[in-house]
Amino acid sequence: MTTNILPMLPVILPFIAGVIMLFIGKRPMPHRIISAVAGLILIGFAAFNIYYVYINGTMVTYLGNWSAPFGISVVYDMTAALLVFTTSIVMFFVIIYSFQSIGYEREKYYYYPMVLFMITGINGAFTTGDLFNMFVFFEVFLLASYVLITLGSRKVQLQEGFKYLVVNIVSSNFFLVGLAYLYSVTGSLNMADIHIKLSSYEGSLAIMTIISVVFIFVFATKAGLFPLYFWMPGSYSAPPIPVIALFGALLTKVGVYAIARTYSLFFTTDVAYTHQILLLLALLTIVAGCIGALAYTDMKQIIIYNIMIAIGVIIVGFSMMDYAGTVGAMYYLIHDIVIKAALFLLIGFIIYRTGKNDAADLGGLIKQHPVAGWMFFVASLSLAGVPPFPGFFGKLFIVESAFDNGHAIAAVIVLLSSLIVLYSIMKIFIKVFWGEPVEPIELKNIKSDKLLFSAIGLVIVSTVFGLSADFLFPIFEMAAESFYNPSSYSNYLMGVE
Amino acid sequence: MKSTLKRAGYGKVQRQMNDVFIQFTSKVIFLIILLFAVNLFLAGHYTPGGGFVGGLLAASAIILLLMAYDYKTVKKMIPVNFHLMISVGLAFAILVPTLLFFFGVPFFTHQHTYINVPVFGEVALHTAVLFDIGVFLIVAGTSLLIITLVGGTEE
Repeated sequence: MTTNILPMLPVILPFIAGVIMLFIGKRPMPHRIISAVAGLILIGFAAFNIYYVYINGTMVTYLGNWSAPFGISVVYDMTAALLVFTTSIVMFFVIIYSFQSIGYEREKYYYYPMVLFMITGINGAFTTGDLFNMFVFFEVFLLASYVLITLGSRKVQLQEGFKYLVVNIVSSNFFLVGLAYLYSVTGSLNMADIHIKLSSYEGSLAIMTIISVVFIFVFATKAGLFPLYFWMPGSYSAPPIPVIALFGALLTKVGVYAIARTYSLFFTTDVAYTHQILLLLALLTIVAGCIGALAYTDMKQIIIYNIMIAIGVIIVGFSMMDYAGTVGAMYYLIHDIVIKAALFLLIGFIIYRTGKNDAADLGGLIKQHPVAGWMFFVASLSLAGVPPFPGFFGKLFIVESAFDNGHAIAAVIVLLSSLIVLYSIMKIFIKVFWGEPVEPIELKNIKSDKLLFSAIGLVIVSTVFGLSADFLFPIFEMAAESFYNPSSYSNYLMGVE
Repeated sequence: MKSTLKRAGYGKVQRQMNDVFIQFTSKVIFLIILLFAVNLFLAGHYTPGGGFVGGLLAASAIILLLMAYDYKTVKKMIPVNFHLMISVGLAFAILVPTLLFFFGVPFFTHQHTYINVPVFGEVALHTAVLFDIGVFLIVAGTSLLIITLVGGTEE
C-alpha cells in the first residue's frame, strides 16, 4: 500500500494543487496560499521518501498493475528521492519569492498553477522508470515552461520564447526518433529492461553509437552542453527573476539527469567512444561558460554562464562512471540546484531594489543591505567550492576521479574553472556591494521581506548541506550506486522475470 | 462576402445573410457528429477510439456551429464555460486514479464490475470510463478555448 502511493505523491500533489487553483479562478491570494502549502507538504513527503528509501531500498510501483517490462513502472531510487527533495525545496522558496516579485497581473493569469504543473513534469521525469514516460514528462514540463517564459508578453519574452519553443520542439522530435531506434534494437522501453537486454547485446556496435549520439544531441540541447547552448543565454534572461531561477536551477538539471541515466544504463557497450565524446563536450562547455562568465558585467548573464560551467563539471563526473566520479557528480548536482536558485534570487533582489541589470552601474550597496551582501559572499564562495561549503566536496571527488582515470587535463580544467567562477562572482560582489556607485543610485521602495527570506533561506539550506556532508555521505553513496553499478538499478526486475 | 455586397451597392448588409443552408444543415450534422463522438468515446475501451478522439470530434461539431452562426448564438445554445470544462476534466483525470489507492492497488489500476440493467441486459461498469470522461472534457474544452481565443471572440 505505501509503496503504491509514496512514489507517486511528488507527481500527484502539485498536479492536484494546480487543478484546485484552476477551479478557484483568477484570484491571486488563494493561489499563493495553496501553492505555498503544497510546496511545504511536498517537502515533507519528499523528506520522508528519502528516509524510506534509505531504510527499505528502491521503491517501485507498477502503474495500472501491469507487470514490469510491459507496463510503466515508477522507480523511486535514492537519486530520484534526492532530486525530488531538492526540487521541492527550490520550488517552495521560489514560490514565496514570487509573492512580491512576479506582479499581480501574472499571478492573475495562472502563474502558480503553471509553476506547479512544471514541477509535476520535472518530478515525473526524475522518478519514472520508463523511457517513453520520461519523454511524456519532458513534454509536460516543457509545455508549462513555454507558458512561463512568455507569460506577461513583453517583446523580449515573446522573441526569446519563440526561440526556446523551436529549439525544444526540434530536440523533442529527435528524442522520439532516438526512442524509436532504441525500441527497434531492444524491443523494450522500460529502462531497467533495456539495460538487461543490452548487457547481453551482440548486435552491431555502430547502431548503438548512433543511438547514443542522437540521445546526447537531445539531452545536450536541454541541458545546454557545448555546441547547443546558443539558445540558453538569451532565453534564460528574458522572463522575470523567479521564472529564471526555476529554469536555471531545475530545467537544465533534468537534461543532466537524463544524460547520466541513459549513459549509465544503455550505452555501456562502447564506453571508450561514447563517454569520451561526453567528456569532450563537457570540457568544451566549461571553457565556453568560462569565456561567457568573464566577458559580461550583466549580472543575469554571468550567472547563466555559470550554469554552463556547473553542467560541464557535473558531466565530467558522470562521464567517468566510476565510484568517486558519480558520487561527486551527484553531490555537485544537488548542490548546484540549490546554489543557482539562491544566486538568482539574490541578484533578483538587487535588480528589483535598484532597477539596474548591470553590475558596473552599481556600488556601495553593503551600507543599505549588509545581510544580503554577506549572504551573496557566502553563496559565491559556495559556488566556487571553498572548503566548508558544499561545492568543494563535489569537485574534490570529481577531480580525484578524473586523475584516477588518467584524464589529467580534464581535472586541471575543472580546477581552473573554479578560479574563474570565483573571479566572475566576486566581480559582481565587489562592484555591487563595495566602493561607490558611478552615479548615485535611487533605491526603489519595494516590499522585500519575502524576497530576502527566500534568498537567504536557500543560502542557509546550501550551507547546512555543506556542513552536514559527512552525515549525508551514505545517502549520496547510495544514490551514486545506480550510476556506477547500474545493475543495482535494474535488479527490481529480477523478482519479476 | 460583406465587402463584395457593399461594393455591389447594397447599403445595409445583413449579418451573415444567405447562410440559411449552412445554418440549417449544420444543425442536423451537429447532432450526427456529436452522436458519432459519443459512439467513439464509448467504443474506445475495446476498439479504436476513446476520450481523446471523442473530445476532438465533439469540439469539431461545436466549431461547425461557430462557423455557421456567431459566437453569441452558440453560447446561447450551449452555455458551457470552457475554463470550467478543462478544470473539471483535469480533476477527473487526477482524482479517479488517485482515489483508486483505497482499493489497495497501484496508481491507475482500474476497477470494474458487471451489473444487470433491465433493458440493456448485462452492462460493464468501469472506472476507466470516468478517467476517459476527464480526457474528453480536457480535449474538447482546450480545442474550443484555443479556437475562440484565436478567433478573438471571447472577451
